[in-house]
Amino acid sequence: MLAACGLESAEDLFSHLPKDVRLERPLAIPPGKSEYEIVDYFRGRGAENANGRASFLGAGAYYHYRPVLVDTVVSRGEFLTAYTPYQAEISQGTLAAIFEFQTMACQLTGMEVANASMYDGSTAVPEAAQMARRITRRDRIVAANTVHPEYRQVLATYARNQGVETAEFGYAPGVGCSSMEELEEAVDDRTAAVIIQSPNFFGVVEEIKPAAELAHKHGALLVVVFTEAVSLGLLEPPREADIVVGEMQSFAIPPSYGGPYAGVIATKQKHIRQIPGRLVGQTKDSNGNVAYCLTLSTREQHIRREKATSNICTNQALVALMATVFMTVYGKRGLRELAEQNLAKSHYLAGKLPQKFFGPFFNEFVAHSVLQSPAEVNRRLAGKNIVGGLPLGRFYPELEDCMLVCATEMSRREDMDTLAEAFLSR
Amino acid sequence: MIKKVRSHITQNEPPIFERSSPGKAAYQLPELDVPPVDAGEALGAASVRSGIEGFPEVSEVEAIRHFTRLSTYNYAIDHGLYPLGSCTMKYNPRVNEAVAQVEGLAWAHPYQPDELSQGAMEIMAALDAALCEITGMDAVTLQPAAGAHGELTGILLVRAALEAQGNPRKKILIPDSAHGTNPATVSIAGYEVENINSNDRAMVDVASLANAVDEDVAALMVTNPNTLGTFEENITQVAEILHAKGAMVYMDGANMNALAGIARPGDFGIDVMHLNLHKTFSTPHGGGGPGSGPVVVKRHLEPFLPIPRLDRVDDQWRWNYDRPRSIGRVRAFYGNFGVLVRALAYIMAHGGDGLRKATIDAILNANYIRKGLEAHYELPHKAPVMHECVFSDERQAKRGVSTGDIAKRLIDYGFHPYTVSFPLIVKGAMMIEPTETESKQEIDLFIDALVSIAQEIEENPDFVKGAPYSTRVSRVDEVTAARKPIVRWTPPGD
Repeated sequence: MLAACGLESAEDLFSHLPKDVRLERPLAIPPGKSEYEIVDYFRGRGAENANGRASFLGAGAYYHYRPVLVDTVVSRGEFLTAYTPYQAEISQGTLAAIFEFQTMACQLTGMEVANASMYDGSTAVPEAAQMARRITRRDRIVAANTVHPEYRQVLATYARNQGVETAEFGYAPGVGCSSMEELEEAVDDRTAAVIIQSPNFFGVVEEIKPAAELAHKHGALLVVVFTEAVSLGLLEPPREADIVVGEMQSFAIPPSYGGPYAGVIATKQKHIRQIPGRLVGQTKDSNGNVAYCLTLSTREQHIRREKATSNICTNQALVALMATVFMTVYGKRGLRELAEQNLAKSHYLAGKLPQKFFGPFFNEFVAHSVLQSPAEVNRRLAGKNIVGGLPLGRFYPELEDCMLVCATEMSRREDMDTLAEAFLSR
Repeated sequence: MIKKVRSHITQNEPPIFERSSPGKAAYQLPELDVPPVDAGEALGAASVRSGIEGFPEVSEVEAIRHFTRLSTYNYAIDHGLYPLGSCTMKYNPRVNEAVAQVEGLAWAHPYQPDELSQGAMEIMAALDAALCEITGMDAVTLQPAAGAHGELTGILLVRAALEAQGNPRKKILIPDSAHGTNPATVSIAGYEVENINSNDRAMVDVASLANAVDEDVAALMVTNPNTLGTFEENITQVAEILHAKGAMVYMDGANMNALAGIARPGDFGIDVMHLNLHKTFSTPHGGGGPGSGPVVVKRHLEPFLPIPRLDRVDDQWRWNYDRPRSIGRVRAFYGNFGVLVRALAYIMAHGGDGLRKATIDAILNANYIRKGLEAHYELPHKAPVMHECVFSDERQAKRGVSTGDIAKRLIDYGFHPYTVSFPLIVKGAMMIEPTETESKQEIDLFIDALVSIAQEIEENPDFVKGAPYSTRVSRVDEVTAARKPIVRWTPPGD
């Protein structure tokens, strides 16, 4: 091949690079390893993590059983090793699957259009805020402090650099839902969006209607965030919202130390041209067959460049496919039963622990650690091969003696009993 | 003549919703080991939905057939050459998938205590070190979820560092050959975009750059090698021009696969750059994600990197949130960890020598294709190329056939098309990137196919304009899709 190129040595391929930019030594990276050594290395690292323990952590990443079918589908090379479906004629598989994802995301959230997925829930929040700014032509964002703290941090990073003013409002002590009185004070006629989360970071189910009324009274949009998608198997979706933003991790996406996950943005039909990220549309081919393609790409960076709705290029197609297969496997009845099991497990556990808030909750709640610090509870549990809850002091100083505890269909009764024991014994 | 493929039968498959009927199920749940709870009582009747309207109900075999049938409608690297320029579609080694599924990694919760996450943190630290060595930079954040997200992070770092000096400045310079994400990112980061023209060798024009750089310029965003596959030969000088005015150089690392092991951005004046792990480091594209876009920086930008940072204290890894000069968070948790695992596995399998060899093979393959096609297609820029080459449809356009038509005809020959109509500075661009993982046999078939199409265009241009002929669906009507968007399934008659 070198000869065909008229070259003598491989070095000739880059001899045009200026001498001073060339690396004249080998990279200081150990020689290539065999497949066995690589597998062995990663198994070793896996064993250094909390391997095989029961866990009561939630807070934006949930342990749900992953049906075998999910990996069977997503490990097919046709899905795994394809690129973004720009060439529709040879990408109908990916396109059809995304079209189903968009449809199911609408059905789940009670919205009319959904995009082909975002990086994750946290980055979808500032994207929704941007969208609200474009729609309302206003620059102020008001968020409940019961929205996931790390999501709010991401929002703050974006806002700070875009000249966006942000404000937060608090929660009703004792109840754990966001305070409508505080929202009423925080929202004004310059507000583009009010952002709340349900179930919120404390696991408490929010009332959407009053929040929507307050937002709309001032001409602002209501953005509702969800981090626990399984809750929508049982909970009335936030139909009064203008934009729904969510994290699909609960739908068969491995916790994987925080990613990759898949976010989604859903909204009303009238805002379709303001939605960021990729969208798949249904159309026809030249013979009249139903076909799918990426659409409304004039919103996107590769066409609009600096005037695009977002700089987002990648979506999370393969991860969204996991969620699509999960929704297909569980379906209408299964997702409800799954949600009911989560509700039963968390309420069994909550019945044994002192609770901080009395607002209704789905599968996680704030437990008040009266007898010892949350750290001490977790230390005790560690000795029993259990990872306890999330101590809340790092995000909410006033909740230093509390921890967020999550129980799902995977939580065993005996482990919940052990958790309660560690909590309640002196 | 079409040598690579012949057609076979694919099964028709409707949207899953049309397979649905009440009572069918593909799931099993265990018996509850705790008392059931009445949802209405626990949550309030008004908060409980009646059922997810429209959600499918299918059996397990219907579910698997549905997705298997859909999968057969895709073209993928596992089928053959995928020469999308700039996208770096190389083979995805399967050991990377296997290790990402190791239970202690896939089931690691982001909030499990640091002492129970040492393995995950060790993997991230090892990847940090490798990426710094490969790029010649000093520090890295693995948090950004994709390339464009990395760009945004990088520009925010530039902004924070300039702000710390008292003035964030106003604008960012971008060559006209850049990816669309570059200008989009700049707007989102609160800067103005100023486009700068390329010279006749498709490189940044040093003289006009020097004129454009003043105290309002925060940075230049440059892709190197650029989107024509050409190494910016004056890059050191370019960096000096920016640095002399207190501005920085951001490098779009989309084409790092042309440099790994032979040149390091840190050695030619780059202050900050992102990497696309799904390009250079072979993590699967998955039909459009997940990606991962780590950002590597020189020492002076390190204080501004997103929180949390990985620290080594008393022989243990821990997350450090106490970083007062940080730009903050760009994503929840720590990044696309599962993608990071795959990238590290790739680096381990190659080693330093293997990475260099991969780079050389990628450059060789691209140059071999350029040589094989230059008699048949117009090569608008003659400068040497690295990992990709860009032709134009100038000759074929005279017969009324465009780059898009040629791309569609390639499908009939059994190949995924090249990148169509990009970069924008080449009219009718055909951007070809074979990567190192393709054999000479596969590449020869590809060259033959394009030569054969060039002949077809001479003989019967209208025939080429009707392609593809062998796919399940013929040319898709994208205009109607955009004019009357249908973006979700509705029941027939609705």
